[in-house]
Amino acid sequence: MLTGLAVEKLGACFGQKQVLNGISMTIGPNLVTAIIGPSGCGKSTLIRCLNRLHETVPGARQSGRVLLDGQDISQMDPVQVRRTIGMVFQKPNPFPSMSIYDNVAAGLRLNGVRKRHRLDEYVEKSLRMGALWEEVADRLDKPGISLSGGQQQRLCIARAIAIEPKVLLMDEPCSALDPVSTGKIEELIQELKKALTIVIVTHNMQQAARVSDYTGFLLLGELIEFDETPKLFTNPRDKRTEDYITGRFG
Amino acid sequence: MSSSEAFPASGVPPRAGGTNVADRLFKGTTLLFALSVVAIMVLMAGAMLRTALPAIRAFGWHFPFTSTWDPVAERFGALPFIYGTLVSSLLALSIAVPLSLGGAIFLVELAPHWLAQPIAFLIDLLASIPSVVYGLWGIFVLAPWLRTTVQPALGALLGVLPLFQGPAYGVGMLAAGMILAIMVIPFISGVSREVLMAVPNSQREAALALGATKWEAIRTAVLPYSRSGIIGAIILGLGRALGETMAVTMVIGNRPEIALSLFAPGYTMASVIANEFAEATSDFHLAALIEIGLLLFGVTILVNGLARLLVWSVAGNGAATVRE
Repeated sequence: MLTGLAVEKLGACFGQKQVLNGISMTIGPNLVTAIIGPSGCGKSTLIRCLNRLHETVPGARQSGRVLLDGQDISQMDPVQVRRTIGMVFQKPNPFPSMSIYDNVAAGLRLNGVRKRHRLDEYVEKSLRMGALWEEVADRLDKPGISLSGGQQQRLCIARAIAIEPKVLLMDEPCSALDPVSTGKIEELIQELKKALTIVIVTHNMQQAARVSDYTGFLLLGELIEFDETPKLFTNPRDKRTEDYITGRFG
Repeated sequence: MSSSEAFPASGVPPRAGGTNVADRLFKGTTLLFALSVVAIMVLMAGAMLRTALPAIRAFGWHFPFTSTWDPVAERFGALPFIYGTLVSSLLALSIAVPLSLGGAIFLVELAPHWLAQPIAFLIDLLASIPSVVYGLWGIFVLAPWLRTTVQPALGALLGVLPLFQGPAYGVGMLAAGMILAIMVIPFISGVSREVLMAVPNSQREAALALGATKWEAIRTAVLPYSRSGIIGAIILGLGRALGETMAVTMVIGNRPEIALSLFAPGYTMASVIANEFAEATSDFHLAALIEIGLLLFGVTILVNGLARLLVWSVAGNGAATVRE
């Protein structure tokens, strides 16, 4: 089944500080949706509301609804939400005490996959999908942190997709990477899109233009404009969007 | 415009060899300090060795492996003391480690801030109570309670095990182990807390994002990351338990015998030195006590060395080499 998300009047704050206000958008199934905007505009908070990671921060609150195939995720078990909606973070965060294999297997083991041959099968499949298999097949027992930064990030992607989520959230996944690694991950996103729905936060407008189908422009916690990517970049409706994408601020 | 105009002479003279001399002086002084610590240890060991020499000559390798302790006949063996020190310390760890670690996990991972702060403060406060006060509490509160309540119950419940057999004296190995446990808890839990707090949030979130529950995130991400630090905390506690003198002396019963039962009285290396040093009339008795001191030195170094090896072997594939 194709899975999409709907965001309805989403607001979020940390303590007294309002960081998101009245965000409404529809994230279509098997599409790549990019969120762009200047630093501190609430991009990361928005994406973290989508898998209920926002609420794990002390003092964080939230209003409005996020619907996963029509079902309000705040009414679901957060564990179940996060198993369905995976996430890749800004900085690669493999588990340092685990081997490459165990990193990918971590989520599977959490989900009760125990049999060795099943794990082998899933790990290989996920690493292949993460475009990392060729590079690590002969050293799966080496620590995950022995890899380069770009490889670590692809390892984290493989770890996230191993449990077969329906949606993958990516929070500036390339901001700590060099251009070659970035290119690899952007190619990977095009591949992954066939299997799942992707939401990517990026402060790199070129990246949004390259990889996404839809783009939302976020400014000071408000969604200024949300449209098909080519349209938003060539013919923005809002003056502020135009200023941002033409580099006049941000 | 030439470069000399861009940076006009400011009157600051170029730095010459002067810094070099100061650097060498600095290095020399700090080296001296570092070496003096080593020198103090060597001198201490040397002085103890010299005083203990008569006993070492007389008993040789038998000293740490025999159980007789008879100051009148001047026959000495240290085995019961070594046994008492090791067993009371291990007993203390087996009680203190789960409590400290569980407490640290609760305070760092689960407790709300307003609750975590005061509890952590109270636990840290345990470390500042003088050990003689622990000893008094042990004699007047813990030992009677053990005698009348805990030991009869344990004997009835687990009496089939040799560990829990024999008469309930109150004072003894169990009392010593429990007092030691309370005394090392602030150290193990304090360091564990720091170590857990040092785990980056990104690790917790990595696990949560995979659909881990709170406990699964702790087990998958937090504990493995902090493993070597937690072992370090336990070693710190062990080191303290091995050397603790006053409180243990007051509750362990001070009988140089090796008994399997935890209810039975025992004796530790530190306790026998504290008890008999002032009354040692002969040089030979003194030599035997000093040799026990040397052994305690040795046991501590050995245990710490083993623990250090453990940390290294764990840290090899652990968090020590995280690449950011």
